[in-house]
Amino acid sequence: MKLVTAIIKPFKLDDVRQALSEIGVQGITVTEVKGFGRQKGHTELYRGAEYVVDFLPKVKLEIGIDDDKVEAVIDAISSAANTGKIGDGKIFVANLEQTIRIRTGETGPEAL
Amino acid sequence: MSSTKFRGGAAGIACLLLPSLALADELNGADTAWILTSTALVLFMTIPGLALFYAGLVRSKNVLSVLMQCFAITCLASLLWFAYGYGLAFGDGGSMNRWIGGLDLFMSNVGRDSLSGTIPETVFVMFQMTFAIITPALVVGGFAERMKFSAMLLFSALWLTLVYLPVCHWVWGGGWLGDLGLLDFAGGTVVHVNAGVAAIVAALVMGNRKGFGTTAMPPHNLTMTVAGAAMLWVGWFGFNAGSALAANGDAGMAMLVTHIGAAAGSLAWMFMEWVRHGKPSVLGIVTGMVAGLGTITPASGFVGPLAALIIGFTAGVVCYLATAFIKRTLKIDDSLDVFPVHGVGGIIGTLFAGLFVGTLGGVGLAEGVTTAGQVWVQFIGVAATFVWCAVLTWIILKLIDAVIGLRVSSDQETEGLDIVLHDETGYNL
Repeated sequence: MKLVTAIIKPFKLDDVRQALSEIGVQGITVTEVKGFGRQKGHTELYRGAEYVVDFLPKVKLEIGIDDDKVEAVIDAISSAANTGKIGDGKIFVANLEQTIRIRTGETGPEAL
Repeated sequence: MSSTKFRGGAAGIACLLLPSLALADELNGADTAWILTSTALVLFMTIPGLALFYAGLVRSKNVLSVLMQCFAITCLASLLWFAYGYGLAFGDGGSMNRWIGGLDLFMSNVGRDSLSGTIPETVFVMFQMTFAIITPALVVGGFAERMKFSAMLLFSALWLTLVYLPVCHWVWGGGWLGDLGLLDFAGGTVVHVNAGVAAIVAALVMGNRKGFGTTAMPPHNLTMTVAGAAMLWVGWFGFNAGSALAANGDAGMAMLVTHIGAAAGSLAWMFMEWVRHGKPSVLGIVTGMVAGLGTITPASGFVGPLAALIIGFTAGVVCYLATAFIKRTLKIDDSLDVFPVHGVGGIIGTLFAGLFVGTLGGVGLAEGVTTAGQVWVQFIGVAATFVWCAVLTWIILKLIDAVIGLRVSSDQETEGLDIVLHDETGYNL
């Protein structure tokens, strides 16, 4: 099993959710986050006072999936979240040791 | 000063001595209805208008402190106005009348049947009270996010007594500036120069907020600020058109020029930002509105609509430049820009009142007065208010600092005034 974590632009969330549903992903967890990468921050100006905002708002998705779906999930997120402009985000893939469905106690891929 | 507006000179004093005989005028229902309405409009400017305008501009940890300051000043100034303020501002000061009015404690001379011009004196008292409320409330912007609440209360009480009341008397209560012929229809000197100068002196005496210039202090809720600004615009009709103290053509023209000044100031500031920074900002357009309104205020009963257009545009441009100069060049933390917007606006508006009274549809100069002479009188009015306010504000603040201290501790400032001073937070989301 893998845990796919994707950081995307907030306004791309609906497109990504749609793309993931189409390839049969059963559930995702979404968090509003802030951070910076190569896009860095941006400048805000209030009555002549300039503030550099270092951390930009992004959306973080976490998706637990079976190994055979990893490529499809990465493709779905990559194409749906892509604007071609700096700041589109990142996808991280990590090994997932165990999954447990709380209600039934099922474990492993069955619980995904 | 229009003779119908504020009582001044010998006739006025006679009226004051014999309020029950001040009866060349009879009560006029239309005038009374309009000033009752205007009074409500001007109170509405402070709470909730100015309170929300300011509250949105501070950081979320200080939102309640600013709302609290505006609300508490509203209550405090009202009671002081009742206790002795009205008498000192508009009462008869006898041999001292050039400088200060009389000590009419708890308005003992104001009764149900007293008249002021064509309206009940109680209505005049209430209308003027709302001006005595909003002026110290405007000063809050200068020391926001760092002043102790106790020091703020003490400062507001002393400042109202030693700065607002004398200047109000000089200009509107039969004092020396009114006698000199100063044209200040609704408070360019009394309200805006006074508040602006007090705010920047307070910023200088107290020092900048911790982290000013090095850390970001963006407004926490511009939605609130825009809502407050829009309330100010509406309330300002009472402020300026109400200052005609009658439901007549002067009031109508004051409303028209006020509106034009606000619209022109808004667009001027917006375009200045658009040209210089690439984008028109929401905070910019509403700040330009306040600048336009503050600037047209002293001129609103004297000038025509074309002059208002010039005054509004000039206000937007000059106040915008002044804001950047104070903040970025002088690095003075007049936190919510009270001086560059109200102070500078009040100064140029008072001068413009003299410049445009005799032209472009103005009411015309007094007999034997030249434009240059009138502008000189306007300058004296501005300078006298500026100097008196700056010196007295400085003394009051230094005194309070020595006795109870002006500023919260550095740690308290970091934590935020809402929780530290009031044990509350603005948002529990």
